Amino acid sequence: MRRATIMTSLQTDSDINAIDHSAESTESRHRAPAADKLRPRALRCKLCGSGFEAAPTAVCENCLGPLEAIDADPATLPTRAEISRRPHSIWRYKEWLPFDGEPTLSLDTGYTPLVDAPGIARRLGVARCWIKNDSVSHPSLSFKDRVVATAINAARAFGLDTIGCASTGNLANSVAAQAARAGMDAWVFIPDSLERGKVAATQIFAPHLVRVRGNYNDVNRLCAIVADQFGWGIVNVNLRAYYGEGSKTIAFEIAEQLGWALPTAVVAPMAGGSLISKLQRGFREFSDAGLVSGTPPRLYGAQASGCSPIVQMVLDGRDDVRPVVPDTIARSIAIGNPADGRFAKAAITQTGGWAAAVSDADLIEGIKILAADTGIFTETAGGVTVAAALALAREGRFSANDEVVLCITGNGLKTLEPIVDTLPESPVIDAKLREVRALVNAVVNSA
Amino acid sequence: MAITVILPAVLARLADGNKELSADGATVGAVVESLSQRYPSLATRIRDDAGQPYPFVVYYLNDEDIRLAGGFASIVKDGDEVTLVPAIAGG
Repeated sequence: MRRATIMTSLQTDSDINAIDHSAESTESRHRAPAADKLRPRALRCKLCGSGFEAAPTAVCENCLGPLEAIDADPATLPTRAEISRRPHSIWRYKEWLPFDGEPTLSLDTGYTPLVDAPGIARRLGVARCWIKNDSVSHPSLSFKDRVVATAINAARAFGLDTIGCASTGNLANSVAAQAARAGMDAWVFIPDSLERGKVAATQIFAPHLVRVRGNYNDVNRLCAIVADQFGWGIVNVNLRAYYGEGSKTIAFEIAEQLGWALPTAVVAPMAGGSLISKLQRGFREFSDAGLVSGTPPRLYGAQASGCSPIVQMVLDGRDDVRPVVPDTIARSIAIGNPADGRFAKAAITQTGGWAAAVSDADLIEGIKILAADTGIFTETAGGVTVAAALALAREGRFSANDEVVLCITGNGLKTLEPIVDTLPESPVIDAKLREVRALVNAVVNSA
Repeated sequence: MAITVILPAVLARLADGNKELSADGATVGAVVESLSQRYPSLATRIRDDAGQPYPFVVYYLNDEDIRLAGGFASIVKDGDEVTLVPAIAGG
């Protein structure tokens, strides 16, 4: 316990070494090894099963399939009681994350609220509805904090001093924030048309911010080449095997926050497609560990109509990704060439779910409905999720017995542009009581 | 007709370590076939058995994803650049 307390304040390798050396000098007589140092797990190919040593690489040398970290030894998995005693962060589920040993960075990320949403439940015609509210994720107000928390720990363990990303905004915010507090250099690549709030929320952390002419597809292509050339840890390229695992913690938290139970359905936004496939894996891993029982939830994917390549795969029943040029105000999920599209589609169909695409007008309405019913102000991607859930309900995809979780992955304060012009003008008055009375009377008379 | 082909590291090791190559062909598919003939071990990772794009590679012709144009049938001209990128990236 003492060591765990010390580790929470570590920021640099030299700090770690200092502690390790200190521990050696005082505890060596008790044979205390430096066993807590974080060690990324070995990798295997999701397609051909080839195994590889732990490394900052995400592509199988044999078949070019995606790599993922190997699972923990089932004998080492904790019980519900053991998990419950741990700090409220993603690391309370550390055995299911792609490391052995103790993390040293971003120890405070995760365990966001699961908010009861009876108003949304009524709109959907289901028994219960909750909002998994990652709009208040720490430190940068989106679910990307989870994946960056795992990726930055991998980068540190691999001895990399620079991390980076190709981003539609939220990932840029999180990489910049978490690199800043870790004392690491960050190179962040974004489309040049991103919302000002997301640009500012990146720049404040003083990364090397590069605005690329074009859309996310162009940024992504560039970063895939950059990762090959500079020896950096591009979190969603060559650190992707470690990065993606952080998304599973949303599933773990939902299950624990529901009292170690599973919802019957989950609706999540889709961009590159990783989140929804990791939700499937997370729920399955908790079932396999005996922490929850019952049928895994049906997974439903949401995209904006102006960029819906994964929804189209589900609707058409095909497995090949057909890229599109994004045209939507939901820029945070505007990925026309989704890297994990086939895995997202598989997660949806294997769980008995479905997918829906919604217009920009509908997603704005979704933002307002969520705000009115739950007090949560989400960004455009959250509006897509709410609007898609309503569309799915109209299609009859839910039953009256369903218990549904909506994943709200980002904060509305970062993307004010699409919403401000849709809101009513507020009255401006002199500071006089009679003017307030006049306003109140006007409201009462109009009711 | 000289077309420059840029390979990622994971494919360059199958082409004697060359990350940048020159190849001939009138279409992207022909350029890929030309490389396949020159580096047989690379062949099965840049096209499938039917001679179509390998599913875990994205092909760009002068920075444009060929899936948004003519695929392997996309016409190339002297001085063009074809870049191959692993599909598992981004998002």
